[in-house]
Amino acid sequence: MANISGKYCIVGIGETVVGKRPDATTNSLHLEAIKACLDDAAIKNSQVYGLLTNQPLNDSHRSYAVKLAHMAGINPLFATDLALGGATPIAMVQHAVMAINAGMATTVVCVHARKRSTADPTPGHPIRRGDEHWEEPWGHFAAAGGHAFAASRHMYEFGTRSEDLAEIAISTRKHASLNKNATMRKPITLEDHQTSRMIVAPLRLLDCSLESDGGGAVLVTSAERARDFPKKPVAILGMGQHHPHFSLLDAPTLTTLGGKKSSEMAYKMSGLGPKDMNFAQIYDCFTITSLITLEDYGFCKKGEGKDFVKNGRITIGGQLPLNTHGGLLSQAHLEGQLHITEAVKQLRGNEVEPERQVANAQVGIVSGHGGSLAMHATLILGAL
Amino acid sequence: MSKDERGRPTRRGEPYMDEPEAKPFWAACREHKLTAQRCSSCKKIFGFPPQAFCPHCLATEYEWVALSGKGTVYSQIAYHRSWHPTYQDKIPYNVSLVDLQEGGRLVTNIVGCAPEEVKIGMPVEVVFEDFPDYTLPKFRPVK
Repeated sequence: MANISGKYCIVGIGETVVGKRPDATTNSLHLEAIKACLDDAAIKNSQVYGLLTNQPLNDSHRSYAVKLAHMAGINPLFATDLALGGATPIAMVQHAVMAINAGMATTVVCVHARKRSTADPTPGHPIRRGDEHWEEPWGHFAAAGGHAFAASRHMYEFGTRSEDLAEIAISTRKHASLNKNATMRKPITLEDHQTSRMIVAPLRLLDCSLESDGGGAVLVTSAERARDFPKKPVAILGMGQHHPHFSLLDAPTLTTLGGKKSSEMAYKMSGLGPKDMNFAQIYDCFTITSLITLEDYGFCKKGEGKDFVKNGRITIGGQLPLNTHGGLLSQAHLEGQLHITEAVKQLRGNEVEPERQVANAQVGIVSGHGGSLAMHATLILGAL
Repeated sequence: MSKDERGRPTRRGEPYMDEPEAKPFWAACREHKLTAQRCSSCKKIFGFPPQAFCPHCLATEYEWVALSGKGTVYSQIAYHRSWHPTYQDKIPYNVSLVDLQEGGRLVTNIVGCAPEEVKIGMPVEVVFEDFPDYTLPKFRPVK
């Protein structure tokens, strides 16, 4: 099998204004992200023949990639919805690479938007995962609950404390405070975190991500074609996935997740390791998710995440800046779509507020995480 | 169906009794018996939710067997926010993952003690809570 590391690139990105978008719809946010992405790449909709979406969480959007392609004036030779929860934005980039590699597409738009902060007027019903009726009768209803199970177990096995999780919330908020397109920009302290109300113990409000309106998109093409685009291409160096369980009921462990094998695959493909990363955009639906992923990705040993995140190491200017845009915790929760666009901006080197730019950013890692801590996908991206 | 503050239908609080593979489980609960599927080929417990083929070896033959009802708390949390009207006056309440002695895991509640007294690793045993239309297995600390 030929190694495809570096042979495919991201040549366009789009981000909408995030936060509360009461006048927008799920459809309009997707179109806004696609248009921004095509404008960034200076390519016409009629020149794009591939489109991937993250299945929206509403049953009125079946076969959404095809619907959306035609709404956006794209006549796709390749289109599908992927459904790996918060691992989907990364999986879309991976599938775009595979489709181009297989000769089924030349350029592919990968787009995701959601309307979760203000009411979505789209008709239809929320879609469900499928096993909720084995959880809800006992009062387990929320993603916060699933991740609280992981936090509780991590605390039991390794002595991790709520104050350690706070380090991630505080650093991420600091980055959001520097990002003009972030929802929560007021810096927070350890005291703010420790006095924020309990949601599902041991997770407090400031351990939880936002509910957001907004969208993002990336355009993937081959390294040869990438030269024809105006912006500095960002190469896809490594990719991986692993989905070690589906529900809390069949999880062999909740303290090591899919990130371990997924990152091993991505490191192997790229020939790089944790020490080569200039930044990490790590999925942060809850603080515990990032802590576990940092361990699974080999930035520190299992159980040592609580020490790794201290002393400014994960803040811009530190050894491994984490979620330089403010993440799902403080910028917006678009299932990690903006973790990818932020990584691209950092690697382009001239697109974020100067105080938010990671110095000499050449290589970065991006993670996606979905379901009941079940799905995981990894990308390693590099400046060309 | 009730709706949350963003107009989305809220979750249901009852088990789905018509799931074909799970009907024997819910019927046994009604008789205060905790049961699980055991593979006739590899002899392993399927786990939950019930399903038609063995998740270990894909065999199609299985039998429902009575479990000891003993288990261990794998993880435990306390809901301080209610996502469903029936829990409004119950917060904070415990939800636990209990690993059953013979295999399989359930999302459940530890009853008979306060939420803060529930500890990971704690040995527990099944008790049944009857509702008008169904019965739920819950667990209490082993004395």
